[in-house]
Amino acid sequence: MKQTIVLDLSKLPPHGLGTASLTWWGTLAFMLIEGTGFALAIAVYLYLMSLAPQWPLHAPAPDLLAGTVLTLLLIASLFPNILVARWAKAQDLRKVRIGLIVMSLLGIAPLIVRVFEFPAMHLNWDQNAYGSIVWVMLGLHTTHILTDLIDTLVLTALMFSRHGDNPRRYGDISDNAMYWNFVVATWLPMYICLYWVPRL
Amino acid sequence: MTPLDNVADLRDTDLNDVELDRRLASTWATPKGVWGALSTVDHKIIGRRYIITAFVFLALGGILSLAMRLQLAQPEARFIGPDRYNQIFTMHGTNMMFLFAVPVMEAMAVYLVPLMVGTRNIAFPRLNAFSYWMYLAGGLLLWIAFAIDTGPDVGWFADVPLSGPQYAAGKRADIWAQMITFTEVSALAVAVELVVTVFKQRAPGMSLDQIPLFVWSMLVTSFLIIMAMPAIMIASTALILDRLVGTQFFNPAEGGDVLLWQHLFWFFGHPEVYIIFLPAVGMVSTIVATFTRRPVFGYLGMVMALIATGILAFGLWVHHMFVAGLPRLGESFFTASSMAIAIPSGLQIFCWLATIWAGRPVFKTPFLFVIGFMVIFVIGGMTGVMVASVPFDTQVHDTYFVVAHFHYVLVGGAVFPLLGAIYYWFPKITGRMMNETIGRWAFGLIFTGFNLTFFPMHILGLQGMPRRIYTYQPEMPWSGLNMFVSLSAVILAAGFLLFFIDAIRSALSGPVAPANPWCASTLEWATSSPPPAYNFSRMPVVGSLEPLVDNSGALPVASGLFVDRRELVVTSVVGALPEARESSPGDSIWPLWSALATTVLLIWSIFTPWAVVWGSVPLAIALTGWFWPKGTKEDDA
Repeated sequence: MKQTIVLDLSKLPPHGLGTASLTWWGTLAFMLIEGTGFALAIAVYLYLMSLAPQWPLHAPAPDLLAGTVLTLLLIASLFPNILVARWAKAQDLRKVRIGLIVMSLLGIAPLIVRVFEFPAMHLNWDQNAYGSIVWVMLGLHTTHILTDLIDTLVLTALMFSRHGDNPRRYGDISDNAMYWNFVVATWLPMYICLYWVPRL
Repeated sequence: MTPLDNVADLRDTDLNDVELDRRLASTWATPKGVWGALSTVDHKIIGRRYIITAFVFLALGGILSLAMRLQLAQPEARFIGPDRYNQIFTMHGTNMMFLFAVPVMEAMAVYLVPLMVGTRNIAFPRLNAFSYWMYLAGGLLLWIAFAIDTGPDVGWFADVPLSGPQYAAGKRADIWAQMITFTEVSALAVAVELVVTVFKQRAPGMSLDQIPLFVWSMLVTSFLIIMAMPAIMIASTALILDRLVGTQFFNPAEGGDVLLWQHLFWFFGHPEVYIIFLPAVGMVSTIVATFTRRPVFGYLGMVMALIATGILAFGLWVHHMFVAGLPRLGESFFTASSMAIAIPSGLQIFCWLATIWAGRPVFKTPFLFVIGFMVIFVIGGMTGVMVASVPFDTQVHDTYFVVAHFHYVLVGGAVFPLLGAIYYWFPKITGRMMNETIGRWAFGLIFTGFNLTFFPMHILGLQGMPRRIYTYQPEMPWSGLNMFVSLSAVILAAGFLLFFIDAIRSALSGPVAPANPWCASTLEWATSSPPPAYNFSRMPVVGSLEPLVDNSGALPVASGLFVDRRELVVTSVVGALPEARESSPGDSIWPLWSALATTVLLIWSIFTPWAVVWGSVPLAIALTGWFWPKGTKEDDA
């Protein structure tokens, strides 16, 4: 088909940032998938609770300490996380490198606390349906933290390599920071569900 | 070597048309050979593979249904035993839903949506490659298991407790549950790619009200997939956990609940029907517009109907559970919503009728399949309104009436439009035309065979014949109709055989197709048949719903893109205003390695939970290899 040129795109930037980035939208779509998954896990929890004669089923309410420490830790991690996103936007390589190391450590720390959350439930996954759903919810969210931690570690290594100082990488770091905010945000309803709903 | 080879950041504006095509081809083409085939990320090659694979599964599933018809043709037949029969009907349903219907619709979109919105590749092309390998692996898992007598035998919706640890010993139910994981991962990946492609990669100027209806339907479908499929993944994971490590999700003795399975399954399973049906609606709108020589009547109404169907699809799942003993008020609500969804469907039917009424219809094969669709789907829709009523549903639940109903809806609602779509887009995909005469015969045989096969099943159901029985006694009043149905199935099979022969023969030696053989109006027809690796030598600029009709002289295009890296245009969500020139990832073998690592993890985890720990190591390595920059021009901004 014959063509007539009606538009010149040569002045456009060679890479989109923020909402002009495809990965930003992709990350959002994956957040929608995972968010639906977490919402369904909570729905299953409430469904099983609605059927049970007493709740929690054959177990005392979970101990608050480990879960609350983890929650505070996650909320605290938001501040350096937002700073990393800001530094990535400013394309400040030195600060981004430091920020990523801090965020890697802040990804490992909740995993250590998480080890104590499972026994705080006072029952195993195979004892009854209550045990099954709380272990699966904790497991799901642990996978969530772990996935983002590995992503952060790879990005940290990348920023210390010759590929680091590049607008595309800074975009990846902003997306990773956005994803970590989501990891924290999904935990808050899970925390309320796991630790406070049984106390109602 | 030409002087231009030394120019850094060469742009299309520096080149004449011949030189531009040559250079774009060298930037975008998939290298020849096995390695090139395994590492390609071209949406057209992957889409073609997806379509062919899905049709192979259709043929395999069809052979299973013929085996069932042979067994049921007469009472107390001894052709297939009860255990094998259980596997066969489970395989037929599972295969048709998870390996054919959903993947084939996404496959058509993988091929067509980037062309229809005027871009050069799908968003996240490596994820697209990964999704195909996952789909293939899931399909192989199911069929190899069946070949070694370990095929699932618990029905395609695998209700607990039948599929639970107590009643389903061995690994058959696990094969089913893990096949779900494979196909859902691939479906979710494609859904994300499509959403981002439609949102961000539309041709400059293609605002929301100028998106072709097929693309709209795939956008709504993708959102349905994103919202519905997590439910089945949670359900199948819980089932595997119950079976493998002794969780108690579905065990009432320990606080679990069997209806929890049905809620989760049908919260996915009902939207699934629309995940299959909405793309077909988009195909119908496209074919109707082309073969009546006018745009579809009521574009805004059509889009609103698509979105309304998508939303209502989530409020219907309980109508699959009317005999499960739920509260009466809940049942009334779901009866109302099940009837309400007939409204947007009916609106679309009337819009198509208005289009045909006001247009100048040309009765070519694709259009014949659309007419077949309307007839059959309306019948299926009417029996749908019937089974939405609780008292009626209670009578016909688990009988052949329901089998007849959903074959009318699914085959009529999706397979007929799909076959029409194959005849319609075949010249674009292969560069060759299918045979019109054989096409008419195939349509006639399939339409006649389908109705003769499935309409009597309504009657069999009303006569009380339950579904999923491997045989019946001669005293039952069913043998005459069953023989009739089985003979009619031969006509139906002959129609499909003719279709397959025509498709293969035409692909090899059909007449060469021009760029736009049907004088259609959407962008995929603006490029050659089949399209070059880069789809469009310059990015089209759109100013109307029918860009090829309104610009019959010359296609308005944009210039200024690099030709020595894979580059496309990112535009804004609503108005499609250009925002950036973005690179599109090059070929890579890592999606294949990642899919292999995921396959090992998933199959291994049927046998031990530790597979999740040790299997994730190679997966993490493969994903890191995938994302690590290789220093190509596409990796750098």
